[in-house]
Amino acid sequence: MALFLSFLLPGIPYGCAYALMGAGLVLTYRASGVFNLAFGAQAYVSAIIFSIAVHDAWPSWAAFVVAVLVASPAIGLAVERLLFRYTRTAGPLVKLVPALGLLIAIPSVTQMIIGTATRLPSSLVLQTWKIYFHLGSTPVSGGELSTTVITVVVVGLFALVLRSSTLGLRMRAVVESPRMAELSGVRADRTSATAWVLSSLFAGLAGVLLAPIFATVSAPNFTALLVAAVAAAAIGGFESLPLALGGAIGLGISQQLLAGYLPSGTILSSGLRPAFPFVVLAVALVARRTLRQSSARDPLASCDPPALAFRAPARMAQVAVGSRAFGALVAGMLVATTLVLVPGSWEFVFTLGAVLSIVFLSITLLTGMGGQISLGQAAFAGAGAFTVGQLAMHAVPVLAAVLLGGLLAAALGTVVALPALRLGGVAVGLLTLSFALLATNVLFLYPWSGNGATGLTVPRPRLGAVSFAGSGAFFWLVLAFLVVLAGAVKLVQWGTIGQELAALRGSERGSAAIGIDMRRLRVVAFTLSAGIAGIGGALYACLQQSISVNDFNYQFSLVYVVVVAAVGVYSVAGALEAGVLYAVLMQLTSTLSSRFSSLLALVFALAALSYVRHPEGVVAYAKAWVLDRAEQLTRHFQRAEPPGTGSRGAAGRAEGRAAGRAEGPQPACLGEAEEAGGRDLRATAGAGAARPPAANGQGRSHLRSRLHGGDRR
Amino acid sequence: MIEPLLETAGLTKRFGRVVALSDVSLRIDAGGSVGVVGPNGAGKTTLFDCVLGVVKPDAGWVAFDGRRIDRLPTFRRALLGIGRTFQRLELFGGMTPREHLCVTERVRGGRGRLWKDVIGLGRPSPRERREADDLLALVGLEDVADVPVEALNLGRSRLVELARALVGPPELLMLDEPSSGLDDAERAILVSVLERVRHERGVAVVLVEHDLDLVTAVVDRLVVLDVGRVIADGPVDTVLSDAAVRSAYLGSGR
Repeated sequence: MALFLSFLLPGIPYGCAYALMGAGLVLTYRASGVFNLAFGAQAYVSAIIFSIAVHDAWPSWAAFVVAVLVASPAIGLAVERLLFRYTRTAGPLVKLVPALGLLIAIPSVTQMIIGTATRLPSSLVLQTWKIYFHLGSTPVSGGELSTTVITVVVVGLFALVLRSSTLGLRMRAVVESPRMAELSGVRADRTSATAWVLSSLFAGLAGVLLAPIFATVSAPNFTALLVAAVAAAAIGGFESLPLALGGAIGLGISQQLLAGYLPSGTILSSGLRPAFPFVVLAVALVARRTLRQSSARDPLASCDPPALAFRAPARMAQVAVGSRAFGALVAGMLVATTLVLVPGSWEFVFTLGAVLSIVFLSITLLTGMGGQISLGQAAFAGAGAFTVGQLAMHAVPVLAAVLLGGLLAAALGTVVALPALRLGGVAVGLLTLSFALLATNVLFLYPWSGNGATGLTVPRPRLGAVSFAGSGAFFWLVLAFLVVLAGAVKLVQWGTIGQELAALRGSERGSAAIGIDMRRLRVVAFTLSAGIAGIGGALYACLQQSISVNDFNYQFSLVYVVVVAAVGVYSVAGALEAGVLYAVLMQLTSTLSSRFSSLLALVFALAALSYVRHPEGVVAYAKAWVLDRAEQLTRHFQRAEPPGTGSRGAAGRAEGRAAGRAEGPQPACLGEAEEAGGRDLRATAGAGAARPPAANGQGRSHLRSRLHGGDRR
Repeated sequence: MIEPLLETAGLTKRFGRVVALSDVSLRIDAGGSVGVVGPNGAGKTTLFDCVLGVVKPDAGWVAFDGRRIDRLPTFRRALLGIGRTFQRLELFGGMTPREHLCVTERVRGGRGRLWKDVIGLGRPSPRERREADDLLALVGLEDVADVPVEALNLGRSRLVELARALVGPPELLMLDEPSSGLDDAERAILVSVLERVRHERGVAVVLVEHDLDLVTAVVDRLVVLDVGRVIADGPVDTVLSDAAVRSAYLGSGR
């Protein structure tokens, strides 16, 4: 019993820290529908500010005020104001990508400001390691005591506020329907800002409280804290605070119990403890009923103009040909440069770019075309890579092993897709993330798979008498794989599967009504995507010739999604551009001092923040801008037909362009309508607004929206 | 006696303590047309959802073409030949009306899709293209065939859904309040389209609708639901003069 207690009691403070951050997650999710993964980064920032301030001999209350009461809430308020306020009616991907970007960007910025020196954590109230009293025979240290007491007080106060004030009620209203809430007089923006400030405060507090438990203050520790909090929130179905809190404490305790009772020194005991929250997360995700369906729809959703699905506009024939020719020219130049002109290190860079492009193609297929989010692509790539390594040891031809690696990864993809079928949106992303964590913490450590940190060596492939050992020959091989796979993905996109996926993205009920087998389609998309990632990983293994679990860390999965989303997730070209850009920038930043080592991730993370405004991606947006100018120029020289005939005008409108270009088939008569009070009002409605039983398409709904102040476009 | 196209027997569905459907038994013959009317909350949409498998009934069964379908998932029932429109639009955002029809044809087309994809690079076959053009002409959407549906107004969006439900053509067409949000011209199109698909293609129609003028223009038979029960079922004139119907739904003024 004493032994049990000695394992159980130390789990409680962990659980408390998970609970604080879990409460924050639930709060922002309920208030704005955003699953804010950036809380991990905010906790890190608070912890590091606190630690620096205390080491600079600030009084600890002042350090606490700056770190917890100012810094973290300020970050929360800023991101709510600048980003997430605009994502309320958006889909899960639009909500997740900027959060991922922040999770990566905030620590890199912090590192650039304060440098990479090791920071030792400081205790908040009581001395962390001093034993204050014994409970039974278990010593209770200051850190444990203060964490527990502070959490109980803070959460208690919060529950009281939520219960006695109307804040909780207003928050629920805003989540259900921001539009309806505003029409009933609730200030939706202010309510959601309050929730963000409060939950950021929790995250910062959790960071400062938990910091002393770690040896140093470093960002990955806080990512681990974040995922435990996510698991706790999932136990509460992302809705119930009491369940989330209870789940968090239970999680902290069972983690310690596992560590205590599992035989020490095995991979299972050293790996399962950090991976345990993800096992719990996976189980909770699949078991909780509330997570299976995307949340209930806004009853006033039809009042808003529908969310614009991304669609590449049709281009004028000359411009389309020109842009294709230009693309081919650039690709050809890249290939020629790689083979002829550049020194060896750049040859490696471009080969790496092509390999990464293959991995990124898997994200294009799954996320861009299928609308599903996977945060575990690195694990599928790792499965492919380690298959090659293992098979090569048994004298299997490497090229065959590469294909087998792809097959194995595809099979794993099917296995992960089956439980994911019952989930939607963010939950699928979290499930795949939990798979990736399990892979890096447990699965890849065994000698029969990744062989832990030692890793495996992989030879370059050969085909009969042809050897691909030389870097030039290997580049051709990778290029061949890339061309075939890119072509295959294009074919999938144009073909039946791509069309069905596009329909499914548009409406699940609609696709079921026309006879699309949603479950089969999802599994197919997952399997294909995992297979492509597996081949990419296998080629990566051949390129590096020595691989270990660190090459396929779960954090790469997050970075990959951010990179592809930032560059352009909806087109095959986007994946290729992302691969080359990433490899080139990686080479360019590799010479910088360690303080700026995360500059690369930061560039893409910042670009991902623009995802809210430009879901097509930064590069795709820039290309569209250039092509628009090209079309204007072409027209200028032609002066033949008036601009915007036929579908071109409507495509412009679908992109939300200026009204001047919106000549579509729908008569959009700009005019002035008189409001009852006599104030002039510009609206899209013309005379139609004056005769109530008018034909559709006159702009009555838009006029009404304007009067309510709801039309923000 | 001829086999009915769609038959339900004893369909019952409760949501918590609310009884949405209670012992609903219906028969719809091939090529027939039935209007389902009743006050809001009478269970009309739930009836559709039970027939299509969107919700699982607590009791009762559904048969289509002489075959029990209550264990089939929604998409299989759709492939058997049931087209459906929704009360709240369920269009495929980002796609044009033509693409809506082409993907539906591809899905309903069945086997050999991989070869079609590889040979045709995913482009619709001439037959698919022709059928899409015919349907677009039927509902009068040729001028917006290549415009993303987001740019269409509510009325034309409903016509896109109608055209999508007509791909195949289905043997049974189930329309959930198709006229809500339509203006007079679009309503006229709706009536003429329904007339034509019934008489030229022999499609059976089940129509949930509040607009009685439209219902009586299209259907021969009326079913009146109230609080989940069938309170009347018969020829339009007989049902409309029924006293129970008048008090439950029409009000005494009519």
